[in-house]
Amino acid sequence: MLNTVRTLFLTFLHAFQRRATVQYPEEHPYLPPRYRGRIILSRDPDGMERCVACNLCAVACPVDCISLQKTEENGRWYPEFFRINFSRCIFCGFCEEACPTYAIQLTPDFEMSEYARPNLVYEKEDLLISGTGKYPDYSFYHVAGVTIPGKDRGEAKRERPPVDLHTLLP
Amino acid sequence: MSQIPFLAIVLTPLVILALATLLTWVERRLLGLWQDRHGPNRVGPGGLFQAVADGIKILFKQDWIPPFADKAIFVLAPTIGMMTVLLSFGAIPFTAWSGIVGTLNVGLLFILGMMGLGVYAVVLAGWASNSKYALLGGMRAAAQMISYEVFMGLSLLGVVMIAGSFNLHDIVMAQTHCWFILPQCLGFLVFLLAGIAETHRLPFDLPEGENELGAGFHTEYSGMKFGMFFIAEYAGIILISSLVTTLYLGGWQGPLLPAALWFLLKTTSVVIFFILLRAALPRPRYDQLMALGWKILLPLSLLNVTATGTVLMLRAAG
Repeated sequence: MLNTVRTLFLTFLHAFQRRATVQYPEEHPYLPPRYRGRIILSRDPDGMERCVACNLCAVACPVDCISLQKTEENGRWYPEFFRINFSRCIFCGFCEEACPTYAIQLTPDFEMSEYARPNLVYEKEDLLISGTGKYPDYSFYHVAGVTIPGKDRGEAKRERPPVDLHTLLP
Repeated sequence: MSQIPFLAIVLTPLVILALATLLTWVERRLLGLWQDRHGPNRVGPGGLFQAVADGIKILFKQDWIPPFADKAIFVLAPTIGMMTVLLSFGAIPFTAWSGIVGTLNVGLLFILGMMGLGVYAVVLAGWASNSKYALLGGMRAAAQMISYEVFMGLSLLGVVMIAGSFNLHDIVMAQTHCWFILPQCLGFLVFLLAGIAETHRLPFDLPEGENELGAGFHTEYSGMKFGMFFIAEYAGIILISSLVTTLYLGGWQGPLLPAALWFLLKTTSVVIFFILLRAALPRPRYDQLMALGWKILLPLSLLNVTATGTVLMLRAAG
């Protein structure tokens, strides 16, 4: 009996507590920076595409929603096309983990509803952003030993110049 | 009877129906408030038109009668439920001068009788639906409502003894100096509990018991027939609340404010208490419900009658 009265009183007190609901379209919930939302392709600090079309993201994707094709230009690899089908994507973030160049990243944005399913297929121009995303200083070609125009072998960061084999001869 | 204004007869059911519809929204908002959420707040100011939207929706739903149902009774049942509740309001004196037959000399008996008839709505609905869950719900409703009717009547005896009248107007007038909730606190408690059981509201909503019986007696109902059960339930809450106000809280009487406003205020607080009960308490098991009725409330109400009678006798003698 006393328990019942206590329950009634405690429930009544909830009238003066904060409501847990976030009034969504007007208010927005806090999304942490590492929230797994809409997928983007980032660029390196020089403004070049980071993606080297290695296909690791497509391999890692458990629902096979990523498809891309490699092309080559001046020694750099690029995706000829890069397509993510967001009507299949489960936002697991495996692609981001698999990416060796920090190109593919998940962002704190989930407002991507469409009326027609085909509109959820994002092409490379929809995915590519102008910034660097979560890793402002990283540039794959500046730490990798690949030769590209403007950077010869041995000029990457923490890379020693190649040894001239002739100097080793007796 | 000629002095009853035609307007009152037309307006009272309309106002009651409108209030019952509004109450569906009020209840959802209040439940939200007590459960730390918002409830319907999108349609109209503060979600006020949600009730209207629901009304329109339910009016345009397909009015389906299952082929296995007993059609005549199936249609009759919600009508009875609605009618008995609305008729009961006729005998309630909202203020000293209004109410359709507020001064009916058997007013209280009339209302009790109407509530007794109201049981038929639920029982017939359960029977006519011809399905197991509806039947179980109807059976529970019959047992619950008939037994709680007993304590309800007995708990009211104390009030009638003090006021010396079945006339609701006289009962209110007898509370000019002291509300009956004080001398009749036991009776009030029993009446309140019986009232919850009578309107089969949570926590005593075993006839519906949606997690055991689907929806109990109105499992097979849809569209406006279901809507009538629904509205009748909310009108029933208003009825019980205004009865509590009339019998125990001094009716329309109060200082400063106009009489109608006092009645409204008191009734609204009881209605809000009903909703708080729903927000806070879980449903008891069926045998617990019956045990509470026959083993606790019945002796309590008998004790109340005896005590009231003894005090009245002693006062008359001394």
